[in-house]
Amino acid sequence: MIALALDFAFACFGAAMLMNMWVVAAGRTVEDRILALDTMVINAIALLILHGIWAGTAVFFEAAMIIAMLGFVSTVAYARFILRGNIIE
Amino acid sequence: MSLFLIAALPFLGAVLPALLVRASRNAAAGTAAGATALALIGVLTHAPAVMRGEVPMARAPWVPSLGLNANLMLDGLGLLFALLILGIGLLIILYARFYLTRRDPMGKFYALLLLFQGAMLGIVLSDNILMLLIFWELTSLSSFLLIGYWNHLPEGRQGARMALTVTGAGGLAMIAGALLLGQAAGSMELSDIIARREAVQASELYLPALILILAGCFAKSAQFPFHFWLPHAMAAPTPVSAYLHSATMVKAGLFLMARLWPALAGTDAWFLLAASVGLITMVLGAVTALFKDDLKGLLAYSTVSHLGLVTFLLGLGTPAGAVAAVFHIINHATFKAALFMTAGIVDHETGTRDIRRLGGLAAFMPVTFLIGAVAALSMAGVPPLNGFLSKEMMLHEAAHTAWLGSELALPVLAGLAALFSAAYSFRFVAHVFLGKPRLAHAEPPHDPVVWFWLPPAILASLTVLIGLFPQSMAGELVRAAAGAVTAGAAPEIKLKLWHGVNEALMISAAALAGGAAALALHGPLARVWAVVAPPAAKRAFDALVGAATAAARRLTDALHDGDFGRSAAIFSVFAAGLGAWAWTAGGAAPLGAFPAALGPTPPIPLIGWVCLVTATLTLTALHRHRLLALVLIGVTGLMVSLTFSYFSAPDLALTQISVEVVSIILLLLALNFMPRETPRESSAARRARDLAAAAAAGLGVGAAIYAILVGDFAFAPISEFHLANSKTGGGGENVVNVILVDFRGFDTFGEITVLGIAAVLIYALTETIMAGPVRARLLNRRPAEPQAGDAHPMMMVVATRVLMPIALTVAVYIFLRGHNAPGGGFIAGLIVSVAFVMQYMASGFSWAAARQRYPYHAFIGLGVLVAAATGMGAWFNGKPFLTSDFGYVKLPGLEKFELATAALFDLGVFLTVLGAVLLALESLARYAWRPNIASAHPMDIDPTRDEAAQREEGR
Repeated sequence: MIALALDFAFACFGAAMLMNMWVVAAGRTVEDRILALDTMVINAIALLILHGIWAGTAVFFEAAMIIAMLGFVSTVAYARFILRGNIIE
Repeated sequence: MSLFLIAALPFLGAVLPALLVRASRNAAAGTAAGATALALIGVLTHAPAVMRGEVPMARAPWVPSLGLNANLMLDGLGLLFALLILGIGLLIILYARFYLTRRDPMGKFYALLLLFQGAMLGIVLSDNILMLLIFWELTSLSSFLLIGYWNHLPEGRQGARMALTVTGAGGLAMIAGALLLGQAAGSMELSDIIARREAVQASELYLPALILILAGCFAKSAQFPFHFWLPHAMAAPTPVSAYLHSATMVKAGLFLMARLWPALAGTDAWFLLAASVGLITMVLGAVTALFKDDLKGLLAYSTVSHLGLVTFLLGLGTPAGAVAAVFHIINHATFKAALFMTAGIVDHETGTRDIRRLGGLAAFMPVTFLIGAVAALSMAGVPPLNGFLSKEMMLHEAAHTAWLGSELALPVLAGLAALFSAAYSFRFVAHVFLGKPRLAHAEPPHDPVVWFWLPPAILASLTVLIGLFPQSMAGELVRAAAGAVTAGAAPEIKLKLWHGVNEALMISAAALAGGAAALALHGPLARVWAVVAPPAAKRAFDALVGAATAAARRLTDALHDGDFGRSAAIFSVFAAGLGAWAWTAGGAAPLGAFPAALGPTPPIPLIGWVCLVTATLTLTALHRHRLLALVLIGVTGLMVSLTFSYFSAPDLALTQISVEVVSIILLLLALNFMPRETPRESSAARRARDLAAAAAAGLGVGAAIYAILVGDFAFAPISEFHLANSKTGGGGENVVNVILVDFRGFDTFGEITVLGIAAVLIYALTETIMAGPVRARLLNRRPAEPQAGDAHPMMMVVATRVLMPIALTVAVYIFLRGHNAPGGGFIAGLIVSVAFVMQYMASGFSWAAARQRYPYHAFIGLGVLVAAATGMGAWFNGKPFLTSDFGYVKLPGLEKFELATAALFDLGVFLTVLGAVLLALESLARYAWRPNIASAHPMDIDPTRDEAAQREEGR
């Protein structure tokens, strides 16, 4: 049962990843692309955790945690750059 | 006293004057003199043993596999030179105390002087030819600094550069020659080399070694055609000239010729090279010296001439010649140093060194006159002074040697040199001290204080004493030194004043008379000389150096003209070409099939691959839009992190994620000052060419990776070793971390040092730029696009504040588990940096900087120090640097846990990374700083202010 659920989840997040990539590559505005990148980071967290469940190991947990904790900082920095130009005022 | 201590004393002493000059100038001079005197006493304690024929030694292996050992010895020759270096050094230190004025940095002078003294002492004490070379280069470097001591004078800087170029180039030849000689003799120990005369001279390496070594000696000892640097080095302060350019450094070349004399001398090649060059130098220097109007220029050329004399004597290859050479080295050091000091006193008191403007000083400065006259007459070779004795010996040798098939050539040329030597010595006395005063003095010059004239007076009285009682004053020293030079073949010579009437005496008398006549005719002769004088060597040297610089610049400009695309293209094509050449040369292992172990690719990694490729291709297409390019780079970074995770490299993944965030922030900070779009500047043809270069490089890298994937290992991989020894040897289960902090700890130590230096450099560059006119332009900068309202949005401020303690906790966790699980100091440092940078971004530069209590430089320095101290801790257990140790501790209430010194080392890594990243980011952020966005509050909305306003309203 868990294997089936894992396959389903992998398929969903994999597809999401590809769609994110589509927007990053061909999005209408820079803002769209930045948001897509941010979503991509979240999907990456999911994939890491899924992979950990699939392999039965906790070794990917820290990587996922650090992406979750720091990943948004780049998004904020991109956003600040668009809004203010200067990211450390 | 141990020879090691004697050799180290000047170096140890060099620190003191630089420190103590703040106390007083006397303290600086006193400590310099103290260190020198101690070393001199140390040498003197060995003197009786050396005189008996013993050779005290001190040995310590350094890099024995290269033949490099810190072996010292003190034989007769070494003793003679050590006494000269330290004895005259002591006088120079006293003299310089009164020569230098208040404006001259005296601590620096004494520090450099002692540095030079130590290097010179090292040369004469070395028993290992490789160590001798190290000291040899040190003398070149320290003399460069001493000649350029007055670095505000262009002549000083030019003279120093020229001296360094010539003696440095000679040093290179010397290194090559010494290595060849060591190979020919089969040992790098000088005492072995000089004992293997037959083996050396029979070797086919003998001639190249001889030529290279002599080239080095000639460059150092200002022999023709390398003599021109010495007169230009006269821009140095006079104590330096008196010390380096008369008594010590220029004699280093002579010393080495004398040192290697038993192994190298006695062949035709030696005679032809050394005796001829010495003779030419002797004559040329003497003639030129007569027509120099600068007091120090005259002395410089006379030094060139006298050095030529010693080279000539050594070049004769006869034991009697060697004795005369050793004796003249002593005599020349005494009278020439005295003369330089006299010239310095004259310059100091009258303000000029131009002989044409001087005259009649004897009436004003009787003491200086007496000293100068005695020393000059000794230089002229007037009996009964010491210069006469060694000159007689030289003339005697010259009269009995045939040169180039002629019996008469040597006596005539040597006599000519003696004639001009007498002439310029007489001129030194007559035109400076005698005659009518030619300078209008507002205040008549007078003799200086006694301490100023005492050093040359001591040397001048030595010239008289050695002249009158040669055997008792210098006989033993000359015997011991000549015995060392000739390896015991020196004849028993009694030094005496009167040898009876012989050829030498007759030549000498004729030379003195001729010298007086030449001086009388100086005016007309100078006019003739002005016409026939050989062209200045400086012009040729400048042309040569200029041509070399221009050629180097052309080559550099052709490869790097500042266009990054161009240099990247050159590099890519070159690397791809090298790879193709290596492949076609057929040295690569045969390729196997695509490894089955990798198996069919599962769909999720395939998706990652598609994302990576799409991002890269899109980036190539859109790279002119800079922000978009950065977003796409974000995708690449994310995919690389996931790849590291997928291929079981969690440490790398963690590092990659944190580095990614920091670099995006760094790049965004820089992007703020650049146009949003990269303009299209290159032509279509150029773009096609660049495309080809990029494709070649990319395909080449791809092919190389494929070859590595499917090829076999050329050597057994070392991962097995690391896996097997990580837990038992390094006490950690995380092999990556154990490699970083233990197996390859030395590399890591070097890397964090470089990282720290890089960050400090960024800071220094920022500091320099912000101090200049750029700052005003930055402050007046208008943003290119309209800005949104919130500078410090409340949402962001609150979020980052909440996240700060969480991030710090995670960092501590990652740091502590590093040794046994993915993590470690490097990643923890990056996480904490990002946590801090978030605060900078949220509340602004001013707010964050005001709350930063310790400067980031301190973190860098502390980190490197902690790592170094951890490494050095191993010394106390008798282990090599950075050997780690670990143990297990059981505390009540806790499970058993591990304590490892590697964790302390990792703490150093952590601190350095933290300091370096934040210093770099802070420096870059300072460019955008403006006074008007400094906010007293952490966010744009100040709740306390609103409360106050509400209270105001409610009232």
